Amino acid sequence: MGISVEGANKRFGDFQALDDVSIDVPDGSLTALLGPSGSGKSTLLRAIAGLEDLDSGQVTINGEDATGKPAQKRGVGFVFQHYAAFKHMTVYDNVAFGLKIRKWDKAKISTRVHELLQLVQLDGLAGRFPSQLSGGQRQRMALARALAVEPQVLLLDEPFGALDAKVRKDLRTWLRNLHEEMHVTTIFVTHDQEEAMDVAGQLVVMNEGRVEQSGSADDLYDHPANEFVMSFVGEVNRLGDGFVRPHDMDVVLDPDENTEEAMVQRIVALGFEIRVEFVLADGTDVWAQLTRAELQKLELRQGQIVYLRPGTTKSFSGDSPPSGDGASTPRHPQGGDDAEVTAAA
Amino acid sequence: MGANTASRWGLRALGLGYLTMLLLIPLVMIFYKTFEDGIGPPLDAITSPDGLHALKLTLLMVVIAVPLNTIFGVGCALLLVRRKSKANPVIDAIINLPFAVSPVVIGLSLFLLYGTGGWFAFIGENGIEILFSVPGMVLASIFVSLPFVVRETVPVLQEIGTDQEMAASTLGANGWQTFWKITLPSIRWGVAYGVVLTTARVLGEFGAVTIVSGSISGQTQTLPLFVEKQYANFNSTGAYGASLVLALLALVTLFAMNLLKRKEDA
Repeated sequence: MGISVEGANKRFGDFQALDDVSIDVPDGSLTALLGPSGSGKSTLLRAIAGLEDLDSGQVTINGEDATGKPAQKRGVGFVFQHYAAFKHMTVYDNVAFGLKIRKWDKAKISTRVHELLQLVQLDGLAGRFPSQLSGGQRQRMALARALAVEPQVLLLDEPFGALDAKVRKDLRTWLRNLHEEMHVTTIFVTHDQEEAMDVAGQLVVMNEGRVEQSGSADDLYDHPANEFVMSFVGEVNRLGDGFVRPHDMDVVLDPDENTEEAMVQRIVALGFEIRVEFVLADGTDVWAQLTRAELQKLELRQGQIVYLRPGTTKSFSGDSPPSGDGASTPRHPQGGDDAEVTAAA
Repeated sequence: MGANTASRWGLRALGLGYLTMLLLIPLVMIFYKTFEDGIGPPLDAITSPDGLHALKLTLLMVVIAVPLNTIFGVGCALLLVRRKSKANPVIDAIINLPFAVSPVVIGLSLFLLYGTGGWFAFIGENGIEILFSVPGMVLASIFVSLPFVVRETVPVLQEIGTDQEMAASTLGANGWQTFWKITLPSIRWGVAYGVVLTTARVLGEFGAVTIVSGSISGQTQTLPLFVEKQYANFNSTGAYGASLVLALLALVTLFAMNLLKRKEDA
């Protein structure tokens, strides 16, 4: 059950949007498709919805082969980044659209629409037109519209991408709660790793039309399959052949055999978190994430020479991200497990 | 600030003066000349059998050509915008032909095609008169007014994008339902503007219709042809009166459209 895509390929001219992609989304889960722009995540979502035809591959929704079925028969709810509000209809008529198409009777439609407007906290605004709503309200209306027809799966294409930071955060929490109540299988596309980790239980990281890795947020953060996943999911410094998270960088004032000399370039206070930027002797830029207390203890200032002791350093054998073999399962570097090297070892 | 205001007023005066000289004064003159000797003479000309026939024939052209060009125009715009094809630029260029070619040339080409020895002459030989009768005039009217709806609809279709249509399809609407409930309401003002322009063009068409109709009084004379004939026969009051009726018809179309729009916005 749930959604599965098998060996999906899609090409736009010279551009390979999807390169033999396979994913499995468990029934009732909330999954994020995460990747930079052009990674194929939106194309994959649209292919699941039937808004894009695949060159090859199979889409299965709740055990039923949906490949080649038109969008209108797939039973999906789709939410667009720019809302796709029906501008000439009121909020009420927008939400009622799918029900009118299904020829529900008027009284039933009215009950259902008001129920949904209550759910998305728009019950006072049924008579408004989309142009009279804020971005956040429009997107909630679009969600109500998608949910009205009781879709088997809910697909959201960068649903919060066009909203400002505060509204985005509120809607994230709201979507997570909504999913906990409704338990409809949901996939949402985002390029924001924080958003993906905040909302979704399962993440699928995509790059250049391929799936790089899928798993829980902890999995991806602690055991990234390759350089791409490591640098896309969370922040990263590159030290020689290895990678280290900024919060794994110890700043000390006295050197030992595991430290490297560095000069403080810039200290940026971001509330509780302090970002300290360094330049190493070989010219590499790195940064460390410190707490306010740590900074005060060290009394760092610009231009000061200090010593960095990197904690857990990861290295990935070969050039990554790997490419060209067309495999779509989560990749692990040669030798099975990721190589973990601690600086002290 | 002062210089700014002065230049703004200067520009306004210039624009208004230009429009007055070129558009307003000639139209006001027609109005004045029509009623110079009272309402009687122009009314007589219009209500003469030939005048009434011309009016009816003109309205008939509108009633046939405008719906046909509207249906074709919307369909063609959808094809051009929503179905990407290598043939699109060619279709686009062909649609612009009536703009580029003089109406007289259009009339002549129809004459050559349907006249004796033409490729489609057999239609006339088999009992359906095209030239010097209503079918030929309808053909000419459709030809000259064909691009307006397409030209007005294409940019609006491009602007609304496909998101709303895709949203409708995920909500269960088929292509036909999506067109009627989503696409058409979204492009309606573009289409309406195209309809107004088409109507105005059909009402006023002279060159192409003159050639294919032969301008026979009481038979194949539309209002513009009637105006010209009256004028040539030194009945200038009749000509002015008929002109005024033409102008009023165009104004009514415009006002009807404005009224609809205002009702919608309210």
